[in-house]
Amino acid sequence: MSIKLTLPLKKEDIKNLKAGDSVLLSGELYTARDAAHKRFYDMVNNGEKMPINVENQTIYYVGPAPAKPGCVIGPAGPTSSYRMDKYAPMLLDMGLSAMIGKGERNDEVISSIVKNGAVYFAAIGGAAALISKSIVKDEPVCFEDLGTEAVHKYTVKDFPCIVAIDSNGNDVYKR
Amino acid sequence: MRIIKAEDIKNTVKALFISLNCEIGDDITKALKDGLNVEESETAKAVLTQLLTNNEIAKNEQIPICQDTGMAILFVEYGDKLIIDGDFDEAVNQGVREAYIDGYLRKSVVDDPVFDRKNTCDNTPAVIHTKIVSGEVLKITAGCKGFGSENMSKTKMLAPSAGVQGVKDFVLDTVRQAGPNPCPPIVVGVGVGGTFEQAAVMAKRATFGRADSENADERYAELERELLQKINEMGIGPAGLGGKTSALCVNIEYAPTHIASIPVAVNICCHAARHKSVEL
Repeated sequence: MSIKLTLPLKKEDIKNLKAGDSVLLSGELYTARDAAHKRFYDMVNNGEKMPINVENQTIYYVGPAPAKPGCVIGPAGPTSSYRMDKYAPMLLDMGLSAMIGKGERNDEVISSIVKNGAVYFAAIGGAAALISKSIVKDEPVCFEDLGTEAVHKYTVKDFPCIVAIDSNGNDVYKR
Repeated sequence: MRIIKAEDIKNTVKALFISLNCEIGDDITKALKDGLNVEESETAKAVLTQLLTNNEIAKNEQIPICQDTGMAILFVEYGDKLIIDGDFDEAVNQGVREAYIDGYLRKSVVDDPVFDRKNTCDNTPAVIHTKIVSGEVLKITAGCKGFGSENMSKTKMLAPSAGVQGVKDFVLDTVRQAGPNPCPPIVVGVGVGGTFEQAAVMAKRATFGRADSENADERYAELERELLQKINEMGIGPAGLGGKTSALCVNIEYAPTHIASIPVAVNICCHAARHKSVEL
């Protein structure tokens, strides 16, 4: 049975989740992948204010295909998360609750997840057409010049994910 | 002599890329279903079921299987008695451009790898490998390659003393290190022999082979079977969440090489191994 969770997630919603649990996410989340993360990182390091407040928020690592006319969004599966490892601890320290992607994270990210009581979800890579059915609304937020890498806000309903790294640092990929 | 219009090539390439992005081959579907029959874990079964459902949705709605619609790669066999009425490379790139724009495919190519990284906004340029053959044939094998799996690929120059064991070790180490990242169950393309770049091109072409194909040379066919079995014993499983279906197939291409080397390239492709061939 899948655990139903509502976004944004509070830390107390996260602490009982265990690596390997199936979850269905509903609510609002932000998208960001390589280029948007680099901009967040550079802005913070330059003392500028980030265009979004990530506290209690969820970031989905995705760069969707364009929507066909009449569709909310095009196929939108997860991208490999390790490429965001350099930037994730900074965002977690700023209060980010959850990340959604696919594949392993490095030790620094895992430590930061534990320290901040956060969670890392895995969505199924290559199930992009199916996942797009659980995205019910798509609004641009910032960095529109980045095209598919722009930051958007999605409203999702029953988005299927697996708890990949829980708030105690248990990692579904470590066998 | 036979004349082919550049316009016909453009239209063919456009149709190929739209169709291959939305429709997976029957060999991959069969391999995913075979995986479903051997898996025991509920998670592994659930992932494979989601992938099969995903591919059905993509086909029925004519939307891409994966949001990473990749870089466009073409292997072209070009007859020496063929005349193209127009510019071949431009026709191919225009076909790719129109496919990615009109077909609602993601544009994932940046113009400069290091400095500007500015999106070309039409997914060009395509990567075109051309081989001149005798006759009037024009055969195009096209595929799109996502980079979640491309990033997990490797090349190594082995000493001849490493032998077949060295080849096996390198392939298995590459797959083990890739783990959950390249969207397993994967297709493994291996190029052995030739030169540094030839091995990599062979490995790429091997990923465009059918998942149910057998190597014509029994020694390499046996090597493919052994590698596939060992990969599936690693426990990576569908989506890297554990299971028995870590790879759908291993395809090997080989070529004569230098007395001093065994070049090996391992090109990893995700379960959405999207490619199609057409003869004009």
